[in-house]
Order: sequence, then structure tokens, then C-alpha cells
Amino acid sequence: MSDPIVAARGLKKRFGAVVAADNVTVEIQPREVLGVIGANGAGKTTFVNMVTGYLKPDEGTILFRGADISQLPPREVTRLGVHRSFQVAQLFPNLSVRDNVLVALASVERRRPSLVAALRTSDSIAQANGILARLGLQDAAERSTTELPQGQRKLLDITLAMVGRSAVLLLDEPTSGISADEKFPLMDLVMDAVAAEEAAILFVEHDMELVERYAARVIAFYEGRVIADGAPDAVLTDVDVRRYVVGAELHRRADRART
Amino acid sequence: MFRDLTLPALAAALAGLLALGVVLPSWLVFLLTVAFAKGLVVLGVVVMMRAGLVSFGQGLYFGLGAYTAGLVTNFLGVTDAVALVALGGAVSAVMGFALGFFMARYREIFFAMLSLALSMILYGILVRSSTLGSTDGFNLPSPTYLGLVAEGVVGRRVLYGLTVAVTIGVAMALHRFVRSPAGVMGEAILTNEIRVEYLGTSVTRVLHITYVLGAVVAGLGGALVALTAGHIDPDVAYWTTSGEFVFVAILSVIRHVAAPLLGMVVFETIRTFAFQYLPYTWQMVVGIAMLAVILFLPSGLWSLFARARQLGGGA
Repeated sequence: MSDPIVAARGLKKRFGAVVAADNVTVEIQPREVLGVIGANGAGKTTFVNMVTGYLKPDEGTILFRGADISQLPPREVTRLGVHRSFQVAQLFPNLSVRDNVLVALASVERRRPSLVAALRTSDSIAQANGILARLGLQDAAERSTTELPQGQRKLLDITLAMVGRSAVLLLDEPTSGISADEKFPLMDLVMDAVAAEEAAILFVEHDMELVERYAARVIAFYEGRVIADGAPDAVLTDVDVRRYVVGAELHRRADRART
Repeated sequence: MFRDLTLPALAAALAGLLALGVVLPSWLVFLLTVAFAKGLVVLGVVVMMRAGLVSFGQGLYFGLGAYTAGLVTNFLGVTDAVALVALGGAVSAVMGFALGFFMARYREIFFAMLSLALSMILYGILVRSSTLGSTDGFNLPSPTYLGLVAEGVVGRRVLYGLTVAVTIGVAMALHRFVRSPAGVMGEAILTNEIRVEYLGTSVTRVLHITYVLGAVVAGLGGALVALTAGHIDPDVAYWTTSGEFVFVAILSVIRHVAAPLLGMVVFETIRTFAFQYLPYTWQMVVGIAMLAVILFLPSGLWSLFARARQLGGGA
């Protein structure tokens, strides 16, 4: 096995009495597709937040290509190629869809944004249009992000994360709030786009069908701990995982069906 | 896509305004000079507002620019108008850069109140310092232009020309800035700072840059007003002066770079006439004008032009 691209070791994070991460150790291999499952509050998003610099772990280290990134702010982690999307799409609602992409392109291009160059040049607009077309968003280019349906908002959020060259892409519930028949097409689009970049993907997901279909390896979280880590078949049939994660998901779905 | 004609329009406006400076009566030239110099400050306020920074303390930089021009001319004997205005902008830039490290960390009401507090510190220093003229301030001699003396009516007209040139030049530069990556990122920061950080850009740096720009143009405006009035006193840094800039910024609304300049001309005109005919209640007239704009032109004074264009196009 090659060296892991991200190695999180012994992460601990506490919020008052709540232990959100308890000795979490996760390694991500280059170009691997890793699914993360767990009930609400199990520590999945906390993990993503720590890897991307939004939260600093109380203990433990996070190595990216062997260098410690656990104390870096999000923008520095991003510049290294560790990119993320959000559970709730994080867009710029006061800008058009294309301007959202143009801002992302400008960010990737220069660490210090220019004060005099134009953001919207024919070249940059063509580049942004190309990106939007690849993801099927070309017709929405001039619209405000607030007018987009939920599926397109999530897709744009992921697009913003992927504008730069990703080494690792962390997707926090990429299909939450999206209708069942839109989920697979969205994941297909993202997987295709990332395959060209040869990035590793970690995606947090509640839908076990998606996890089975796309993940080559699955990690299960429960109460801030990793309770299983391995091939999808093994993890999804694990006794603890069935009791604490998959079972909880089934209850969750049943609850939703009732309401 | 339609072409952006703002820059040619501003260039044409510059030529037109310079020509007007020759024919307009002297009192109106004075009024316009003050309006454009202060409009410059409002331009900076508007650019900062786009990034969510509402400063109730631009009087700090306006005052710094004015006092720099006044002190340099009185104590160092430099009378060249261009040098004095440049120095006013430079001193404000240095102060803005230093304070920006602190101010770029704050937002919304905290930013507004801190900016107000900083400007009132300058006001306090000016009022209490007798070497700086205390509450009376001091007078400035007529400035020179590349060694040439221009006094009286001619001086007024020349200074008007300089002010218009600086103001339109700054308007062009800021028009460019708000379309640059840094400028648009300011707008992005207004709605989603976290995403900007997660794109790899420092929010603090963008806000710092924007803050310094606001400071520089306020300093230029302050120096120009000092030269125009021939007198400065601590009121330039007082909170009502800062409030006036925000007032006009809101009055003119932010979509067009020329809007703040028009707003300031309207404001100065109303104030001049209100002060002349109703010297004890002029503030009330200004207040009523503000209410009227909010009620009848909720999109700001500039929307008058948009309406006229619509009517013209429809006919």
C-alpha cells in the first residue's frame, strides 16, 4: 500500500461534555473513494471540519502528504488541495451562478486577489462556462443561486470545491435534501469529474445504497469513535454497525415515511 | 452581453465638468468643489459597504487628510496643491494600513462603532491640542500649482479643476476595483465568509485592502476640502461629518459609481440653500429631504436616471 495522502491519528475533540471525536484514526489513500457513515451526532462532520482546518483537534495530528496540517486555517488547507463541500450548500447568493465560479477561479489562480485585473474577462467567462457545462449548469449561469433547485445548489457547492486541483475532496452529505432520483446522477457527475483529477474522495452519506455503490472502503462512526473501517460488505454487515448505524438509518427512514 | 460604458462616460463627464468650471458662477464652483471632494469620501464609503463594512468613522481619514494638508502647508511651507492632496491621501493610507490589521477583524455594528470611536479619538486630540489650533482650527494660505500662484476666483476655478480631475480619476479606479477579483470577493464576503476562506482566500486580507482604499480616498477628499475652504477645524473628524458620508451613501445607493457624486452634489445644494434661508432649522430640511428620498426613491437618487431611461425607451 502506498503512503496515505491524509493520515489523521488519535484525534480528540470535545465540546463541553460532548465528545465529538474520541481517538479517531483514519488514513486516506491516494485516489481512494471512502464512504463515511454514522448516525446524526456521531462525529462525521466534526471529522471533516478538523481535517479541513475549521476546527482544531484537542489532541492528535493530521498529516497531509506527511506534513502536519492540524493547526492550519481552512484557506491554507484548501491551498494544499484538500477541498470540501458542505451539508448545506455554501454559495454566494448575491452573485450569479457564473460569478460564484469566477470567484472560485480567481481564488485558485492567485493567493492575493488582484485589485486591477478584471474578474470577468472573455477568457475567464469561457472557462467558467466550460465548468458549468460539464456539470449541466450552463443554463443557470446568469441566475442567482437562490433561484436554483436544491440539487443544483448542492452541485454548485461541490463545483466550487473542485475548481482548484483537488488532492482530496471531502463531501459532507452531498445528496442530503435531494430527491431520490437525482441522487445517483449527481454522484455520477461528481465521480466522473473527480476521476479525471485522480483525487481521493471521502463522502459522508446516510444513504446506504449510495455508499455501497460508490465507496471502495467504508468507515462507520458512533459517538465520536470509529467502530468499523474496511470493505463495504464487511462494514455494512458488521454487528455493531447494523445496530448503531444501519439500524438507526432504517429507523430514521421509517420515521420520515410516517411524517 | 452589453459593453460597460462607464469609463468613457466618466471621461466625458470629466471634460464636461472642466468646461463648466470656466462658465459657472463662482459660488456654484465652490459648492461643486466641496461636493466632489466630499463625494470622493462617499465613494470610499460605498466601496466599503459593498463588502459589508459600514464605517461611521470616515471622519478619521477625512480629518487626517485635511490636517495633513493644513499642517504641512503651515509648518513646512509646502503650498503645492497636488503635493498636499497626495500627502493627505498618503498619510491616511499609512494610518488605514496600520489600523486595518485591527479593524478588518470586526463586522457590522462592531465595525461601525469602532470606526466611530477611532474618529472621535482624533477629534478629541484635535480639540485639546493648542498647537493644532484647538477648537478654532487654523487657516490655510492659497495653494500653488507647479509653482504658479492662483488666488481669488481664478484660484477657486483651478482648485475645482483639480478636484474634479482627482474625483473622476478615483471614480474610474474604483469602478475598476469593484470589478476586480478583490472587489467581487468583497461582495462574496458580504454573504459567505466561510466559503471565501474555503476557496483559499484570506477574508481578512480582502477586507484590509478595502478598508485602506476607503481611507485613502477619504484622505484625498479631506485635503481637497481643506484647500477649498482655506480653513480647517476639528469638525472634519466629528461624528456628524462621518454620519453625513453614510447618509449620502444611503441616499445615493450603491449600484453606480457616479451615484455618490450626484448624491453629494444634491446634499450640498440642499444644505447650502437650507442654511441660507432657514439658518436655524436647516437640519430639519435635510432630514425631510432624506425622508422624501426614502419614501419616493427607495432605490436611491440614481434610480431617477433608470426611470428616465425606461420612460424614454417606452415612448
